[in-house]
Amino acid sequence: MSWMKKHEKLERNSILLLGFTIVTVLIGGIVEIIPLFRMETVIEPVEGVRPYTPLELAGYNIYIREGCYNCHSQQVRPLRDEVVRYGHYSLAAESMYDHPFQWGSKRTGPDLARVGGKYSDEWHTAHLKEPRDLVPESIMPSYEFLLHKPLKTYDLRQHLNALKKVGVPYTEEMIEDAEKDARKQATGEARTDISSLHEHYGENVNARDFDGQPGKISEMDALIAYLQVLGTMVDFESAQKVEEGAQ
Amino acid sequence: MASSDTQQTTYNDDVVRLFTLATIFWGVVGFLVGVLIAAQLAFPDLNIEPYLNFGRLRPLHTSAVIFAFGGSALFATSYYVVQRTCGVRLWNDKMAMFTFWGYQSFIVIAALGYVTGVTQSKEYAEPEWYADIWLTIVWVCYLLVFLMTCIKRKEPHLYVANWFYLSFIITVAILHLGNNLSMPIDITSAKSYSVFAGVQSAMIQWWYGHNAVGFFLTAGFLGMMYYFVPKEANRPVYSYRLSIVHFWSLIFIYIWAGPHHLHYTALPDWAQTLGMTFSIMLWMPSWGGMINGVMTLSGAWHKLRENPVLQFMIIALAFYGMSTFEGPLMSIRAINSLSHYTDWTIGHVHSGALGWVGFISFGALYYMVPRLWGRDRLYSTKLVSMHLWIATIGIVFYITAMWVSGIMQGLMWRSYDSMGFLEYSFVESVMAMKPFYVIRMLGGLLYLSGALIMVYNFWRTIKGDVCAKEQNLKVEGVAA
Repeated sequence: MSWMKKHEKLERNSILLLGFTIVTVLIGGIVEIIPLFRMETVIEPVEGVRPYTPLELAGYNIYIREGCYNCHSQQVRPLRDEVVRYGHYSLAAESMYDHPFQWGSKRTGPDLARVGGKYSDEWHTAHLKEPRDLVPESIMPSYEFLLHKPLKTYDLRQHLNALKKVGVPYTEEMIEDAEKDARKQATGEARTDISSLHEHYGENVNARDFDGQPGKISEMDALIAYLQVLGTMVDFESAQKVEEGAQ
Repeated sequence: MASSDTQQTTYNDDVVRLFTLATIFWGVVGFLVGVLIAAQLAFPDLNIEPYLNFGRLRPLHTSAVIFAFGGSALFATSYYVVQRTCGVRLWNDKMAMFTFWGYQSFIVIAALGYVTGVTQSKEYAEPEWYADIWLTIVWVCYLLVFLMTCIKRKEPHLYVANWFYLSFIITVAILHLGNNLSMPIDITSAKSYSVFAGVQSAMIQWWYGHNAVGFFLTAGFLGMMYYFVPKEANRPVYSYRLSIVHFWSLIFIYIWAGPHHLHYTALPDWAQTLGMTFSIMLWMPSWGGMINGVMTLSGAWHKLRENPVLQFMIIALAFYGMSTFEGPLMSIRAINSLSHYTDWTIGHVHSGALGWVGFISFGALYYMVPRLWGRDRLYSTKLVSMHLWIATIGIVFYITAMWVSGIMQGLMWRSYDSMGFLEYSFVESVMAMKPFYVIRMLGGLLYLSGALIMVYNFWRTIKGDVCAKEQNLKVEGVAA
């Protein structure tokens, strides 16, 4: 067998073997990954998708910290039952500012890609505090401590700044006002001026006291602000009307 | 130094012994956390917020079994095998010892992060940037120690087990660097953001994630198989030619399989199709390796009857064959649409992890421990047998429960009533899981019990005891 003779060269030279191995394992990754960075072929631009507000971002980080992704996916597949159960299937653009993605791999609990607006803030607060009070058969852990833990806001500027460096279009103003915007969003419209928040992030921002503790900005506020925006940035109803009109 | 060639080579077994003890320790810890989180799914009151909630403990379990138990087993066996197949002592004792303390401290740093909520949220790559940098340093030293030992070998050929170990070490380095590129918010903060977002981060994560399976849990453990199965059976590897074909096709094809974790997602279809195609092709090299391992027993099948260590290795190969058949099956889009997000995936992973990775490691440990501590034999062969059967029954409990419940879950989610509405609410599928979660927990408990029997057996072996009932039995083959 002549090819086995040739292979002997690799068996006798560790460096050569190492080199061949590196080339062999790089090919697949290069072919599958590099083309994805030609964004325009991968992510169709969709109206409405915006970076998270500082408060929502803090919620995203609590979601990660608590390992919610271990049991909840955020990716509705284009299958009949999923579209009926959860809503419109997920678009690539909807997670384009998630560093990293939160698509998940397991549904021990339901998908959360479109949970925003489905339940009230009161429901979320009570459910996170003790899931079995609302859903007796639930096996979700309780997260009551989020109500008692004040939200850390002083480092939000650093968070926005780091995200800006990796490509999220936060402006200098947004970074500057990060802490202020988080407080405005979490304390409710009635008592504070929220205009700069809307200037920065548009009209589609939920600004209110989320956790039922008006005097306090807790981690619960941030997490619920995040949950309530999930899947709501794209207005599928009006998009559908436009599509129907074009036909 | 001129006379050193005529002297017996003295191997550096200090570091191998340390990694062996670490393997046993982390194995028990990892299995224990596994049983705990399995129990939490059946009995949610076992969650203790915030530190011991399921969401924080699940990465602790996966990292403890994959990186602490599996990783330590790979370090121990690779250092053991490379010295003996190259006929030389490990290159640089000090650096080898650094890889031990460096790797163990990485595990502790990562684990402390998980319970306090420090995570990147990428499965099997949860440790934050500072831990990743530390691991990179340790891993480069590991590569150097292993490669330099290969280079200064006295044997003309590099034995096939070392190809697998070498490809595992270098590929894991590439994957680790690629998937962990991130931007810390501040040099004094544990928090960082991934450089990649959305679709790209998903693709890169599963390129990493699937090849953590392919190279950490497969290529490395195949290296183990290629040394310890022939040794324990006292037969040469079945086919050298098959080894070559097996090696190159496995490492080439594995890398492509990642996108099968992302079927029907926002990842472009062409990437999903490539992932599926290569996953199906992967069946062949996987079974090539299994056949090469099992057929090594040709002419020595009678040994399988009496030798429970060999039984461990052969059952490991059987589970390897089963899960590498099931994997390609689940990567087919139509099947994946049912199996994905369900516990079927968890069952699949565990038939590979408990059956293949666990059993081949136990086999290697039972082979190495008497030799490393200079004992003539294990304390008790009977106890090895007991470990084997208790653990096997545990796995069967585990995977059958997950098959049934996973498929049931998938079917409940997509079932419609006569009016065309969804028949079940989500929580009804959660309720239906409960008995299976309990069975799964019992399976895990059996597996853990088996490991504790092993710990006892090793403790007595290292002490130098031999079980009174087995004192007169003739034991074949064990003499370092």
